[in-house]
Parts: sequence; C-alpha cells; structure tokens
Amino acid sequence: MPVVSLKEYVGVPRDLVLNFNGKQLVYVSWDNHLLFAAPFLLCLPPETRFGELVDGPLAALVQPDPDAAAIDWTQVEWLKSNEPWTPDFSRSLADNGIGHKDQLRFRTPGLDTLRDAA
Amino acid sequence: MDMKATKKKLGMKERYRILTRDLGWEPGYQSREAVFPYVRYEGIKVHDWDKWEDPFRLTMDAYWKYQAEKERKFYAIIDAHAQNNGHLNLTDARYLSALKIFLQAISPGEYAAHKGFARIGREFPGVGTQVACQMQAIDEIRHAQTQIHAMSNYNRYYDGFHAFADARDRIWYTSVARSFFDDAMAAGPFEFMIAIGFSFEYVLTNLLFVPFMSGAAYNGDMATVTFGFSAQSDEARHMTLGLECIKFMLEQDPDNLPIVQGWIDKWFWRGFRVLGLVSTMMDYMLPKRVMSWREAWEIYGVENGGALFRDLARYGIRPPKGWDDAEKAIDHMSHQIMLGLYQWSFGTCFHSWIPSDDDMAWLAKKYPDTFDKYYRPRWEHIKKLDAAGTPYKNFGLAKLCQCCQLPAVFTEPDDPTLNCHRETVYKGEKYQFCSDGCKDIFENEPEKYIQAWLPMPALFQELNGDIGAWMDWVGLKDGVDNGDYDGSRDQKHFTEWRGQATSNL
Repeated sequence: MPVVSLKEYVGVPRDLVLNFNGKQLVYVSWDNHLLFAAPFLLCLPPETRFGELVDGPLAALVQPDPDAAAIDWTQVEWLKSNEPWTPDFSRSLADNGIGHKDQLRFRTPGLDTLRDAA
Repeated sequence: MDMKATKKKLGMKERYRILTRDLGWEPGYQSREAVFPYVRYEGIKVHDWDKWEDPFRLTMDAYWKYQAEKERKFYAIIDAHAQNNGHLNLTDARYLSALKIFLQAISPGEYAAHKGFARIGREFPGVGTQVACQMQAIDEIRHAQTQIHAMSNYNRYYDGFHAFADARDRIWYTSVARSFFDDAMAAGPFEFMIAIGFSFEYVLTNLLFVPFMSGAAYNGDMATVTFGFSAQSDEARHMTLGLECIKFMLEQDPDNLPIVQGWIDKWFWRGFRVLGLVSTMMDYMLPKRVMSWREAWEIYGVENGGALFRDLARYGIRPPKGWDDAEKAIDHMSHQIMLGLYQWSFGTCFHSWIPSDDDMAWLAKKYPDTFDKYYRPRWEHIKKLDAAGTPYKNFGLAKLCQCCQLPAVFTEPDDPTLNCHRETVYKGEKYQFCSDGCKDIFENEPEKYIQAWLPMPALFQELNGDIGAWMDWVGLKDGVDNGDYDGSRDQKHFTEWRGQATSNL
C-alpha cells in the first residue's frame, strides 16, 4: 500500500533533480574507513567528469585518514548501488550512468589502518 | 419560615459520571460517521467504545487543582535556582550540550504531542478516550512550557540555547525527532496512539528520562530535576493510556492484530533511532555519568520491554521486528553518533569534544567488546590530528536516511567496520536509508516519505550549498554556538564565574 489514507493520495517527491539548480546529488563512501562517520554528500553538475569528482572533492575529503596518501586510484574497486562497477574517469557522471542520489562505494584492499584494533 | 436546604454533595462516582460519560451525546442531525470521519480508514474495527476505560477516573476539575499545585511548586524552585546562580552548581559546562540537544530536539516534541492529542481527542468517538486525550494534550503543552522555562535561565549565561525553535525545524541532528513527530501527526488517530502513547510514552520513555532527569540530578542541574518531578506524575497517566489503547484495539476485533503489530514494528524502530541521540548524551555528554547506554538498555529495554511483550503475547503480539538489529547496535550507536557530532561540530548548536583519557577508560570498561577495538583507534587518531594543529573537521556533508533523517552513520548489523547501505527505487526515484528497519518503513508507505524535507539536500536546493547563509537561517552563530568545547566561550565563562563563586580570585 503506497499510503494509508482516507481517499486517493499522491505525494510530491521533495528531492527531484529538477530542484538542484542544474546539479545532482552523488553519495560516495570508502568501505571500512569509518573515520568518516557517514557517506559524503556531493552536489555536482552531471557534466562533471568522474576524474574531476575523484581528484577534486573526494581526494580532498578523504585527506584526514592515514591511508589517504596511499590510495592508488587506478587500483580502487568501485561499487554502484552495491554492485561491482567500473567507472570511466574521462567521462561525465551522466555518461557513467551515475544518477541523482546514487551511492558509490570504493574499496582499497590492504589499506585498513583505522578499521579496527585487531 | 423557609428552611434552607443543604445541597447534597455529589458522590465520587456520580461526579465522575456527570463530568465524563454524561458529556457524550448521540448526534441528532448528523450521522456518527460524519461527526467522526477519521476512525475507520486505518482499518481498526471497534464494536464498543465504552469498553475503553479511563483507568484514572480523573475529572477535569480535579485535574486543574492538581496541576495548579504542581505549577506553584515548580516555579518557586525555578525562581530560587535563578536567584541563587544555580547554573554554577553544574559539575561542568560540558553538561549543557546534553541540555541544548534536549531543548532543540525533544522539548518541541512535547509541543507536537500536545497538538496531536488535541487532534485525536476530537477524532476519537469514546467519551472516556476524549477526556483522557484532552488531559494529555494539556499535560504535553505544559511539559513543553516548563522545560523551556527551566532551561531559559541557562540561556542568560550560555550559548546555543537562543534559537532552539529554529534549530528544531531547520537543523540536521534534530530532524530525527522532528520527523518522528511529523510522521505521527500525519497518521490516523489509532496509529498516533501507538506512536506516542505506546512506543514513545510506554516503551521508550524510561530510556529518555534516565539520562535526562537522573543525568540532571547527577550533574547538579536543579532546574531540570524539578521539571522531571513535576512531569513524572503525568507520565504514569500517559503510559497507562497508551497501554489501554493497545489492549482495547486487540480486544475489540481479531482483525486488528496485524495492523497493530505493523505499527509496533514501525514505531519501535523510529523510536529507537531517536534514542540514538539519547545514547550519545548518556555515554559522552554527562560529565558525571548515571549509567552507560548499554546498562540502561539492559534494564529498560531488555528487562522491562521483554516483560511487556511477554504480557502482550496473549493477544498474539510478538516483540518488534527490529528488536534483534537493535540489540546488535547497542554497543556501537553512541560511539558512531558522537564521532559524527564531533566531525560535523561546525554545524551544531552545541559543543562537542574529544573524550579525555579518563572518559575513554570508562567507555572501554562499559563497552569491553567494542570501544577499544573499533572506536578508540579513531579517537586516538583524531587526538593526534588535534595535537598537530589540524583538528579534524569533516566538511563533506552527510548522506541522510530518507526515513529517520539521521546521517547514515550506522553499520551493518553483523559487520561494525562497514557502513550500512540500503536503497530503493520508487516511481523512478532513488532513495537511501541507514538500515533495513528504515527501508521497510518507507516501502510500506512510500507516498508519505518521498515528501521528507531532508536538511542536507535542502541546503543545496534552497541555499545553493552556502554554509554561511545556512548558519544564519538556522540561528547558529559561527564561532560561538558551535565547535569544540575546549576554547569555547561557554568553557571560559563557566570557569571564570565558578572561580568567582568559590575562590577569592
């Protein structure tokens, strides 16, 4: 049931991409690196190249983690909507099929300084 | 000569009848359905409204007398607290962060509960129910008022209290409580009763009162303790009303069981997410701690909650669906939320801090399986960054859960090293969640939750990501209300004033 109501009721989504002044939301998180309490929310134009997202806001945001300097972005494993996925760094978010409010995750096997005190 | 006849006084029973049941009448020129249009669409079947007993048998005149007496005592103590610089008796001004969160997130909830009970008092047909809801509506607005008055004295001396109403509507960490009440108020009358009367008042209230009222007592906050005492006698009535409602629904018709169970599942989880803030207050923000969140959960969640659900089992009710996931989260949630509050402290109307070595030793003792293993390494690293002169700030805003609206800080139930990612697509739009519990709630009524006003996406929709403009809009004074406690104006003032009160400096 879409909603329990007295009569037919249709909601209006608040966060449609149309409301973001030509940009879109993308969520990015680094698996097992919980110094960052939650996935990052980025708001970027869909024409942004994926490489720009990584080299710009993402690389800056992950700096406080002691593993940050050791990330080899060519070796990183990516997931989109929790499925393995390979981005094209030279193409745009839109061309990479990254939709509004999509969640991207990346993994860096072997880098896990703050994961836990084993 | 006429004899003046003494009027016979009404007996208690008669008085109760006249002041409650006698107030109800059968409508003459409208159908009952037209007068009470909202009691059927949720699917709850009721055959006899008179079966809803008001267990307190309190009449309105007695109610006013009672409450007026409590009010007099309350304000006498609040005045004394203000006149005697009661704020300098606090263990430490760090304690104020817990109060600020309470004032911004929870007190407005009392006001929302007032509005809700006023509404359902009109929507329910039974007279016993109407009178009970009316009293609770007045209780709740009184709680909101007395809390605000109790804390207003701190506003004269400390930062972060001044814009609590704007913070409630606009800031991000309060939206978990705001959305809880908005969700309840947008529901039908029976669901509202489960949400507030049962889940909030009955299942969760102890977990809220222990850190807040006992926490106040432990930390020298007489104003808040006084409010707690004043409210406590009302709470007993509220809890009974919530439980009465559940039993009434279940006894009226067997078809009500699956609906009621669904609401219990939903509102337990929504309430549990609100308690996330509370767990953090208990474990991190009280300078002198009452008990750990884990210990409180054992007593009030496992023991009391367990007994309640054993009692309800005879109606066919089972413990809430999210119970096991909740249990798995207990040793993690306060740490996960505090790490978030600290790294986003540029956007909070209260101060946070890196736990001291003593604090961390206490946390390690209270959370032997989790603190040293998962959370100490992060705090130690944050300490290092601070010592190096590059204090840790996470300027990446957070992904919020579409349902509970908290930043998605929670981990997989079975893997505390991995953030929990859940998403769904509805009518071509993608939605993100912090947990299975929140995703299930969304998927049951998507048309409701797609409308959620989420503070962080809103920052980009409405203010184009301008943090300074956002601070003005939420009433946050940068460099004053927010940031680390160490070096804050609150810290400086408290030390100075207390020094003047206790020494000759």
